[in-house]
Amino acid sequence: MNVLSKVLALGALSVMAACTSNDPSALGGGFGSGANGTIAPGSPSDPRSPAYFQQTVGDRVLFSVDQSTLTPQAQTVLQGQADWLLANPDFVATIEGHADEQGTREYNLALGARRANAAREYLISRGVAGNRLTTVSFGKERPIEICSTEDCYSKNRRAVTVLTGSTLG
Amino acid sequence: MMKFLTSLLLGLTILTAPAYAQNGPLRLELDQGIIEPLPFAVPSFVPDNAAAAQFAQDISRVVAADLTGTGLFREISSDAFISRVSSFDAPVQFADWKAINAEALVTGAVNVSGNRLTVRFRVWDVFSGQELGTGLQFAGTTDGWRRMAHKVADQVYSRVTGEGAYFDSRVAFVSESGPKDQRLKRLAIMDYDGANVQYLTDSAAIVLAPRFSPTGDRLLYTSYETGQPRIYVLDVDRVRRTELNTPGGTMSFSPRFSPDGRSIVYSLIQGGNTDLWKMDLASGQSVRLTNTPAIETAPSYSPDGSQIVFESDRSGTPQLYIMPANGGEATRISFGQGRYGTPVWSPRGDLVAFTKQNKGRFHIGVMRTDGSEERLLTSSFLDEGPTWSPNGRVIMFTRETQGASGRATLYSVDISGRNLRPVRTPDGGSDPSWGPLQN
Repeated sequence: MNVLSKVLALGALSVMAACTSNDPSALGGGFGSGANGTIAPGSPSDPRSPAYFQQTVGDRVLFSVDQSTLTPQAQTVLQGQADWLLANPDFVATIEGHADEQGTREYNLALGARRANAAREYLISRGVAGNRLTTVSFGKERPIEICSTEDCYSKNRRAVTVLTGSTLG
Repeated sequence: MMKFLTSLLLGLTILTAPAYAQNGPLRLELDQGIIEPLPFAVPSFVPDNAAAAQFAQDISRVVAADLTGTGLFREISSDAFISRVSSFDAPVQFADWKAINAEALVTGAVNVSGNRLTVRFRVWDVFSGQELGTGLQFAGTTDGWRRMAHKVADQVYSRVTGEGAYFDSRVAFVSESGPKDQRLKRLAIMDYDGANVQYLTDSAAIVLAPRFSPTGDRLLYTSYETGQPRIYVLDVDRVRRTELNTPGGTMSFSPRFSPDGRSIVYSLIQGGNTDLWKMDLASGQSVRLTNTPAIETAPSYSPDGSQIVFESDRSGTPQLYIMPANGGEATRISFGQGRYGTPVWSPRGDLVAFTKQNKGRFHIGVMRTDGSEERLLTSSFLDEGPTWSPNGRVIMFTRETQGASGRATLYSVDISGRNLRPVRTPDGGSDPSWGPLQN
């Protein structure tokens, strides 16, 4: 969880949930430290890498119960995502909308779509071309935290921007 | 699966003209608030030959299990029997059955010749000493023996209650395995009692919410096999699926057949907004039924096809509404505390079953179609997704337990709220769809 403290130090509160990623690189030597003075392309230290987008920019925003409104923190994260996408025009993204388990399967599918769309519309408003952004809702089918308390629910109510398409050359 | 379906060619023969054509006084009135289950006895059916011995025993056990499982009947153990039934045609010793308080008696005989199996049975009103209804004979193949047992039990149930039955029916559901965050889901089908599970998809893609066609020949379901939730229709016998072509919009889900099986109503997501649409299956053409910025989902037709009950959050929270089948003004029918979802119109047309979420609990409930007489039948951490038995007397649903080890299980409950019981499946189970009574 050393990554967590570093992310917090960067002030990007909303990327907390990114730490639950199974990506082994998240547990590596950290990012931006340049410990040996070089930056491996594609590593979290490389600002053009998906790993950097996921961990440093923050790939997800969180929502209140039943809501698809973007909080100020969420807007900050999405602004960072927009900046990154504008600087890395080879990437396209799928925004995955998710819900916690409180609610029926059908309603949560629709709610996840609202959340994904809210994130997409924000990115478009910040200049990202709409044809680079698709959405998908997983409803409550893919929680990342599996306890049945608000601690977990708050992390499951999310929209995650997943980079697809181009890889770093 | 094909073998199972085609092998059971049921021949039905009336054995004799009954001595008493009228039903005897034995009658279970289901609307009278039954508290005491009706005691019955099913002595092991008489095998005509050695090849029939095991089938005779097994069939009698399934008949008894079907009846007991309703909560309306109580089986008297064979340990208490005074009489033995060693010949199907010998006179019944009513005094012996009366003495052990069996009110209903089911006698039967089984014949096996090659792979052909014949079941004969009679239902007796012990206290009047009369046959209830008429003796019948079902013929089929040996691998369909459970269906023949269910047919017998259906007859007993109908004759004693005067209501339609439901034992010879199947349930489509989602078989679940693995932890919550990596759950594997497969489409499956089984007998109503959990026997004969067959898998219709692998677990490569998330599958959700199968829905039987009115005749049971097809299933609608939602799959993520393209990466997006999309609606598929599956031919149950051939296990062949077709993706339905929904208009502009990448995500579609929550499909359900119209009562004539020719069209479906479903949810389509466009620009993050979920509305209801209807598709004519022959032409593939869809028309929009709702057009609001609210979520509209979980549609279900009235049995006559004239109306649709659905869920919408247009009032701010999810509630139940009814609109004409071609769209138009909707009337809200749910007004209690909490959030309402997944309404399903009962096959008898009188009730709507629903999922209710209130004060951190989930309930399965029923209400009249005007929203009156709401009754909650269950309560747990998470109950959802009701489906009706073919006779509208029982509801099956999903119950999920909480926490990291949470697991989904199918349950059934009588619409009286009694007889809550799990339906055993090999793995976890969710999203049941109860199919029609089979022919």
